[in-house]
Amino acid sequence: MFKAQATDLHLHYGDFHALKGINFTVMPNTVTALIGPSGCGKSTFLRLFNRMNDLIDNVRIEGTVLLDGEDIYQKDLAVDELRKRVGMVFQKPTPFPKSIFENVAYGLRVNEVRDKLALEEVVETNLRRVALWDEVKDNLKKSAMALSGGQQQRLCIARALAVEPALVLMDEPTSALDPISSAAIEELIYQLKENFTIIIVTHNMQQAGRVSDRTAYFYLGELVEFDNTKTVFTNPRDPRTQNYITGRMG
Amino acid sequence: MRRTKLLKQDIAFGTFRLVSYFIVLVLVALLSFIIFRGAGAINWTFISAMPQDGMTAGGILPAIVGTLCLMVGSMVFAFPVGVLSGIYIHEYLKDSWFKHALQLMTNNLAGIPSIVFGLFGMALFVNYLDFGDSILAGSLTLGLLSLPVIIRTTEESLKAVDDTLRVGSYALGATKLQTITRVVLPVAFPNILTGLILSMSRVSGETAPILFTVAAYFLPRLPTGIFDQVMALPYHLYVITTSGTNIEESRPMAYGTAFVLIVIVLLFNLMANTLRRYFSKKVKMN
Repeated sequence: MFKAQATDLHLHYGDFHALKGINFTVMPNTVTALIGPSGCGKSTFLRLFNRMNDLIDNVRIEGTVLLDGEDIYQKDLAVDELRKRVGMVFQKPTPFPKSIFENVAYGLRVNEVRDKLALEEVVETNLRRVALWDEVKDNLKKSAMALSGGQQQRLCIARALAVEPALVLMDEPTSALDPISSAAIEELIYQLKENFTIIIVTHNMQQAGRVSDRTAYFYLGELVEFDNTKTVFTNPRDPRTQNYITGRMG
Repeated sequence: MRRTKLLKQDIAFGTFRLVSYFIVLVLVALLSFIIFRGAGAINWTFISAMPQDGMTAGGILPAIVGTLCLMVGSMVFAFPVGVLSGIYIHEYLKDSWFKHALQLMTNNLAGIPSIVFGLFGMALFVNYLDFGDSILAGSLTLGLLSLPVIIRTTEESLKAVDDTLRVGSYALGATKLQTITRVVLPVAFPNILTGLILSMSRVSGETAPILFTVAAYFLPRLPTGIFDQVMALPYHLYVITTSGTNIEESRPMAYGTAFVLIVIVLLFNLMANTLRRYFSKKVKMN
C-alpha cells in the first residue's frame, strides 16, 4: 500500500493556479525528491501532506490526499493530530530558544507526555539517530541556539523524528548549510529510510541523485515527470525534464 | 564634485550630532536643576516621616507609599488585560476590518488627554460604581490610561518573534495555544516586561487622572486597604507649589518631592533595562 498519495490535486492561491492536477504516490521506506525551478509548486505540494498550506489565507484545494489510506482533507480531521504523524524539516534550522533536550522533547510535551524516563529515552534515541548524541550528551541543558547551523538542522530533524512520524517532509534541508554539514545530512537521510518515509524538496540535483529513490520534476505547477531517480536523470521522457537537468533552464 | 558630496555629508552629520547633543543637554539640565535644588531636602526624615506644619516640614512618606500603591494597583489591572488583548489582536485575529478597527481604537485611546481619563474614572469608578475616592478607583483609572501602551508593546513584541518558530511548532502538532504559551511568549516576554515597567514609571508621574479619583490634599497616615484615599507624589508636588499653606516655605519640600519622583522613574527605567537584558540572555542561553 502507498504511504502517501495525491490524486488529481489542484491548488489555487486566490486566482493563481499553483498545482495543476497532480497524481503522485510514495511507497513506504523510500526517499522521494521533488525538484524543479523556483516557483514551480514543489514546496507548496510538500506542504499539502501536513496541511501547512492551511496557515495561508485564500488557498483552495481540490482532489484527494491520502496518508496511510486515510483522507487527510476530510472534514472534522484534527489538523494538530495529523501534524504529529507528519514530521517536517525546514529550509532554515528553526530550533526553539529552549534547551537541546526540550527541543527534541517538544513534540512529546505538546502531546502531554510527562513521564521523565520516557522523555529521556526518546531524546537519546533521536539524537543518536541524527548522530548528534555524542556531540551534545553532556550539554543537553544548554540552549539549542548555541549549536552550529549544521548541528541545529540535525537537532530539528531529531525533533521531527521524536514523534515517530509516518512521513517526514524536508523542505530544502541543506540549502542554508555548508558543504560538510550538507553531506552529513544527506548521509543521514539515506540511513533514515530504514525506519521512515521521506519526501524532500531540493534545488540541488546532485543531492536528489544521491539521496532519493524516486524523483518528481515539477514545472509551472505540473508534475512533468515522476519516475525512478536513475531514469529521470539518465533517460527522461519529457524534453522539459531534459532541459532542466542538463541546466538549460531553471 | 566629490568635495561637495563630502561637504554635504559633513553638514548632515554635524546637524544630526548637534540635535542629539541638544536632547542630552535638555535632560542633563533638567536633572541637574532638580538635583541641585532638591538634593538638599533629602534626608531620612524626608522619606520616612509624615508631613508637618502645613506641609512645610516633616516628610513625604504617605505620598511615596501612595504613588507606589497606584503604580502596582494600576498594573494589576492593566497588565493582564493589556497583554491578553495584545495576544488576541496579534495572534488570533486575521487581517480584517475588525482588527484594524480594534487597532485604530487602541491608538485613539492612547491619544485621549489624561484629564479626560480622570473625569471618566470619577464618573464610572468613584460615583457610578461607588468606590469613592480610593486606591481602587485611582488604580483602575490609571490602568485604563496605560492599556493602549501595554497592548501596543505586546503586539510589537509578538511581531518581533520569528514566524519560523510558530510554523516549526505547528509542524510538530502543537495547537495554537501551546505554540503561544510554550514558544512565542517566552521569546516575547522580555520586551513585554519592559513595556510593563515603563508604563509603571509613566503612571507614577500622572496627575490629572488621580485628581478626582484618589489623590488627597493632605492625609498624614498610610493607607490600610484599597478603599482608602492616598496622597501621591505628583499631586503633592502640585499642591505645595500652588496651593499649600505657605508656598515659599515649602519650596525645598517641593524640589525634594520632584527629586524623589524622578529617582523613582529613573530607577524603574533602569530596572526595565536590566531585566530585559537578563531575560533575553536567559532565553538565548538556557
